[in-house]
Order: sequence, then C-alpha cells, then structure tokens
Amino acid sequence: MKRYFDYYTSMMKISVLEQWQYPVANYFYMIGMIAEPVIYMVVWSSVATQQGGMVGGYTPGAFAAYYIVWTLVRQMNIAFTPYGWEWRIRNGRLSTTLLRPIHPLHEDVAFFAGWKVVMIILWIPLAFALSLIFKPELNPTLLEGVVFFVAIWMAYLIRTITLFLLGMVTFWTTRVSALFELYFAAELILSGRLVPLSLMPAWVQELAWFFPFRWAFGYPIEVLVGQLTMTDMLIGLGMQLAWVVGGWIVVNLIWKVAIRRFSAVGG
Amino acid sequence: MPSVISISKLAKHYQVPEREAGLKAAAMGLIKRRYKNVKAVDEISFEIQPGELVGFLGPNGAGKTTTLKMLSGLLHPTSGSTSVLGYEPSKRSHDFLRQITLVMGNRNQLSWDLPALDSFDLQRAIYSIPRDEFKRTRDEFIEILEVGDLVQKPVRNLSLGERMKMEIIGALLHKPKILFLDEPTLGLDVTMQRRIRTFVAEYNKRYGATVLLTSHYMADVEALCKRVIVIDHGKLLFDGDLSKLVEKFSAFKTIGFTVDSAATDWSQFGDVVAAEGSRVTLRVPKEKTSAVTSRLLNDLAVEDLTVETAPIEDVIESVFAVGKDVVE
Repeated sequence: MKRYFDYYTSMMKISVLEQWQYPVANYFYMIGMIAEPVIYMVVWSSVATQQGGMVGGYTPGAFAAYYIVWTLVRQMNIAFTPYGWEWRIRNGRLSTTLLRPIHPLHEDVAFFAGWKVVMIILWIPLAFALSLIFKPELNPTLLEGVVFFVAIWMAYLIRTITLFLLGMVTFWTTRVSALFELYFAAELILSGRLVPLSLMPAWVQELAWFFPFRWAFGYPIEVLVGQLTMTDMLIGLGMQLAWVVGGWIVVNLIWKVAIRRFSAVGG
Repeated sequence: MPSVISISKLAKHYQVPEREAGLKAAAMGLIKRRYKNVKAVDEISFEIQPGELVGFLGPNGAGKTTTLKMLSGLLHPTSGSTSVLGYEPSKRSHDFLRQITLVMGNRNQLSWDLPALDSFDLQRAIYSIPRDEFKRTRDEFIEILEVGDLVQKPVRNLSLGERMKMEIIGALLHKPKILFLDEPTLGLDVTMQRRIRTFVAEYNKRYGATVLLTSHYMADVEALCKRVIVIDHGKLLFDGDLSKLVEKFSAFKTIGFTVDSAATDWSQFGDVVAAEGSRVTLRVPKEKTSAVTSRLLNDLAVEDLTVETAPIEDVIESVFAVGKDVVE
C-alpha cells in the first residue's frame, strides 16, 4: 500500500509539474470545454423563462447550478482517451510502461489525477465568473459535500476504467474510431451531460441505470445540487463501487488476453 | 554456474496481411484476406552466464530487437521456451521486471518538459528504491557519465547524446541484474559512444550484471563483448568468441608496408586498398597471405610491413553472406 501511495504521489507530482509548464494552453483547453455547458445553460434557462420560470422542476438558477457543477465534474473525469492508445503503441510509450513493475492502469489514473490538481486551480476563477453571471441556486449540505467529493473521484475511476477497456480494442484492430464515436454518443445521452437525466423520458432514465455513464457523470452533479435522498446517495455510491471493482476485474481479465497480442511495433 | 538467460527453440511468427496493388486487389481483399507468415525469430537457442557481456549482431530485420523484446517480456513467443533469471518473461511478473531493463536507442521514458532529476525520482517510486540508496546510485551514475550540469535542465533542451545518457541513468537506477541494450549508441558521436561504452563496462564490472547488446557500431561490440551471437532472417548463424568469428569468417587480410619503388604494379599482389606516396595497403585472400608477404619481402625493399585481419564490419558481412547454420 505504501508503495502505491509513493508511486501515486510521485506520478501526480510529475503531472502537476508538466501541466504547469503550459498554463495558458490548459486555460484555453478548459475554456473550450466550458463553452459546451454554457450553451446548454443559456438554452435551458431561456426555455425555463419562456415556460413560466420552470422546466421539469428546474428553474434558471437550478440549471445554472447543474451546469456549473457539470464543469467541475467534467474536469474531474478527464481520462486517457481510447484514441491515445494507437499513439502510445506507435511511439513506444506503451513498451516503456509495460517494462515497469506496475499495471499501466495505475499510470493513467495517477497521471490524470495530478492533472486535475492544476485544472481545478484554473477552474476556480472561471466557476466564480460563471456564478456571478448565471446566479446558481446551490446550497449543498455538509453530507452532500462529502458524498460529492467521494463521488467525483469514483466517477473519475469509472471513466478511466471504461475508457481503458475501450482503448484495449486497439490490440485487436487499429481502426476503432467508429466504435469510440458510438461510445461517446451514448455517453452524451445517458450520462446527464447533454440534459439532466431527470428531464429525459423514463425509459432513458431506466436504461442509464445499467450503464456506467450516469455514475461517471450525472450522479455526482445530482448529489451536489441536492436532488437525491440519503438512500439515493448511498445506492449511487454502491453502484459506483460496483462499477470500479467490476471494471477492474474485467480490465485484468481482458488485459491478460490483449497483452499476448501486443506486437510492440513502435519500439 | 547456472545460466541467467536460457532460450530453447525460441520463435516469433507474425501473420502479415498482403495483397497486390490496385482497386481490384483491394476489393478482393475485403472478401478474402491473404496472409503471409513471417518468421521474425526462427527457433534460436542459446544460454548466457551471469556477468557475461554478449554482442547480439545481425542486419536490419534479422530478429535482434524481437528477441530482446521476448526476453524482456514485451512480446509473447510463438513457440519455444525462455528463462531469464528463472522467470518466464512473458508472464511479466513484477519481481522479474524489477531485475531487468531494456534500453532502446529510440526509447523515451523521461518527461520531455521536466529536468531528468524529476523523472529519476519517479523511477525511484516505480521500483520502490529506498531513498538513501536511490540518491547514492543516482549521484554515482551522474558522476560517471559526467552529467552533473545537465540533470537540472528540461530534457527537451538536451542534445541526443545527453538525452541518451539520462535515459541510461533512468533505466539503471534500480540496478537491474540483466541489461538488454538495443542500439544504445544509435546516432551518437564517437566521444559520446565511447562514454556510454565505458559506462556499460563499468556497470557490468561493479554490479556483475549480465549484458546483451545489439549495435550496428562494431566499435561497441569490440570494446565490450568477448562473445557474440549472430542472427540473420531469424536464424542463429554463429555463437561464440568474437576472436573465433573473425578467424572463421575473415576471408581476407590487409597487408600494409612502406616501399621505395612507387612504379610497381601492386595489383599483381592483391586488391589495392590505398597507395599514397611510399605507403601501400593491399587486401589479399587469407590463404595467400603468407605467399604474398614472402614475395614482397624477397622481391622488394619493403619496410614496416604489417598484416592485419579484416575490419570486423567486413567479417560480419561475410557471416551474413554465408547465411547458413554454423552454430558453435
């Protein structure tokens, strides 16, 4: 355990130091990312205003709260994209990683966890500015705050694991972008990223229960904006834990088969 | 003494898709794909004892890197057995990975934007090296390679040779027992090559490490390796002392001498390599060396006569030209 703690802190330190080399690039990256929820927020707030101040229980202030928390959760669940797998095989990075006595998933988790430290520091002034403009109705309790803190890290783990699983498809075939696009389309709809899931038809909400997307995105937001009961929060944490543990087991099972196919073409 | 590396009938085959050029062939390829079986490594066997420094030679595409990748656990063999330090590399046990390193000339394990010192610290954490030991080893390597003034510069600002030195330090901080070095001096100038060779020799001496080295620079092999293994087209061509290889495959010898009579037609003695002023260098078939030397000494007023074996590069070329099993 001590060994992993040392590895994680060292890798996170490397990531923080690397990302601080390019603060402006990171800021532009974040602004690009924040444009998406701002558009959703403006559209839904206008719809709410036109419909007498509320849509499906959401006031403009509630939408503002949802989408401002959205920006934080989105920063938190940035993970190594499956598109990057081909890159890391071709330039030999995967070979370097495989020669180390540690599972490559730890490298991804630790590196992007460090990146978040930088991104969240950069996010704070942007969130403050968004709050001044859109006036969110956000009054979380201490318990909701604590559950949210745990939930966003679990969300990050779920997304990292699922993207790692998807990335491993590269061991079988190199042209997998169509599959990745399908995955990201499903994520957009079933996670609560495009629209809060409570505004979706009942069947979509039921379907979302069985996929990892909601637990990696919408659920932490719902916790902080106060939409969930104590039971819902506990069930959510349980689902997240199940996805993390189950995902880790599946990653290990597939990894053993996938690694036999590795041809180390890039060095 | 038991071998630290032992491979028997090790093979790696690839199924490579192939088709003719053109649209028709591409369309046919959708219906029925044709594959070619490429034998990158074809049932090679050898053993290496602890502390040995072995040169692993072969032309491009001979199967050297593929073999090193199988020995380091990166690739799964198609068939055959492999044992490195008693481990089966393809199982990639963490205990095994902790005791080996693979350095490739094109590999980049250092963070591009940060000073190498930061990446070294990450290596410490990866290999769970106690801090005191890590600091001692790191400083020792920095001193031997004379890079004290470079370790605080971002890696992106270092030259190729300087970066390679950092890569080597990073790869050896955990003091591996087995070093697989794949073209470690690739693209480096002569001084930098020599320094890296000295470092590898010093590491081998200090820690008793076993080294398997591939290099296209024969100076690396001559300076470091008593024993060489030669492969081509995935097959083992020679395994033995470098001196025996030279003896066996050196088809020619070089005779150099100084002479007054510049007007002589030297081609009657052998191939003229150089004839500048009074100094002449000839290349003659090995079996004719004695006869030609006698003729030169008897017929002409020859001074400073030297007879040398062909450069190692020429010898290796002869081995590939023979191209058949001559395993010793």
